[in-house]
Amino acid sequence: MKNIIEFKDVSKYFGSLKVLDGLNLEVGAGEKLALIGPSGSGKTTILRILMTLETIESGLITVEGKPLWHEKVNETLVPASEAHLQKMRQIIGMVFQQFNLFPHLTALSNIEQPQILVRKVTKEEAREKAANLMDLVGLEDKKDHYPHQLSGGQQQRVAIARALAMDPKIMLFDEVTSALDPELVDEVLSVLKKIATTTDTTMLTVTHEMNFAREFADRILFFDKGQIVEQGLPEGIFTNPKEPRTRGFLKKYITGLT
Amino acid sequence: MEWDWNVVASVTPSLLNGLIVTVQATIVGAVLAYVLGLVIAILKMSGNKAVAFITYWSSEFIRRTPLLVQLYFLFYVLPDFGIFLSPFVAGVIGLGLHFSTYTSEVYRAGIENVPKGQWEAARSLNYSAYHTWRFVILPQAIPPMFPPLANYLITMFKETPLLSAITVVELFNAANIYSNSHYKYLEPMTLVGLFFLLVSIPAAMIALKIENKYKPLN
Repeated sequence: MKNIIEFKDVSKYFGSLKVLDGLNLEVGAGEKLALIGPSGSGKTTILRILMTLETIESGLITVEGKPLWHEKVNETLVPASEAHLQKMRQIIGMVFQQFNLFPHLTALSNIEQPQILVRKVTKEEAREKAANLMDLVGLEDKKDHYPHQLSGGQQQRVAIARALAMDPKIMLFDEVTSALDPELVDEVLSVLKKIATTTDTTMLTVTHEMNFAREFADRILFFDKGQIVEQGLPEGIFTNPKEPRTRGFLKKYITGLT
Repeated sequence: MEWDWNVVASVTPSLLNGLIVTVQATIVGAVLAYVLGLVIAILKMSGNKAVAFITYWSSEFIRRTPLLVQLYFLFYVLPDFGIFLSPFVAGVIGLGLHFSTYTSEVYRAGIENVPKGQWEAARSLNYSAYHTWRFVILPQAIPPMFPPLANYLITMFKETPLLSAITVVELFNAANIYSNSHYKYLEPMTLVGLFFLLVSIPAAMIALKIENKYKPLN
């Protein structure tokens, strides 16, 4: 499997706090990854760096073989220009914990507008795709609703559709059910599972839903203190974690683990 | 003291002229305050630290000193530097400049109140800077600005009597001139209050309508 994402010795600080500590990570094209671990362990930061919302202090990240935060000028790597970042962002889409839908636009327009502005497709094309995606996430009857007229779960499904409309090769999901009431979590997770099984999009998910992670992911990464402590197949990590830190963390979520 | 309708009849024409000047000064001053405020807000948010710093402190200086002093400065001090302004021009510049420091805060707050997540969503969808401002930030930032901007208009209207200090014959000054020459204060000053109310109550009602119309969505 060809790697679509590579982190080489990547470090990131917030002031004097080291949030990523010499991270190395390879993600295969089409792979579904679940990132788990205590809060503050750096897993959300990885997504935000990939989405170019946070810079890195050292190391190199490549996406589809091209450096993300750098570009080549006369054979030397220099910090990326905004133009380069814009090119790279075409490959990547993100769904946020707080949905971040545009409140002044209807659900359908939220999905249409980015296609029209960024991908320069026609209004009709954008509308058709938006309608199809609203079907996919099970909201075909909510097209003309504004975000504030939708439940959290419905808003999040619109946000997923909006990200999908841009045809990203990599999708990032940052704790997408953490802000939801418990009864609304499943409707969002089942949409994620549907996308995972029906597309070859590479997916990175930061989540605290362990049952979901187990079903959804090809590989689980356990993070602590800015490093990958343990990684592997869901079966192995959830039934027989090797590292004491992984075991300690998972005990809170999985009954029967000792 | 007896209410004298003859005084009412003789003072009303000059009061109406004064009211026209008051409304004119308010409108011109407000337009100035709105435009200048936007310029100040943009300069304050400028990436250039020196520009932002100078703008911030100049605007604080204007905001924290009395309008009356500023009017005196514009009308009585500037001529010493060879700059001569008519009372009306000095008045609206003073009014507009003073309140631009308030409106600039309205603009700044409007923009800063758009959640950070909106910027991040726009970036994650690969919006250009122009598209982000035009289609995401401003449509959310501008509607909540209308109510405070409308309220500053009403405040400016009520501050116009200060312009009498630099000889502008607005509503209050018109009454004052009459009173001083006829030794009649009750009727002219009552009428001044009444005229102000006649304008500011409907204006306040419109402002309230605007406030309800542009309530935030969430």
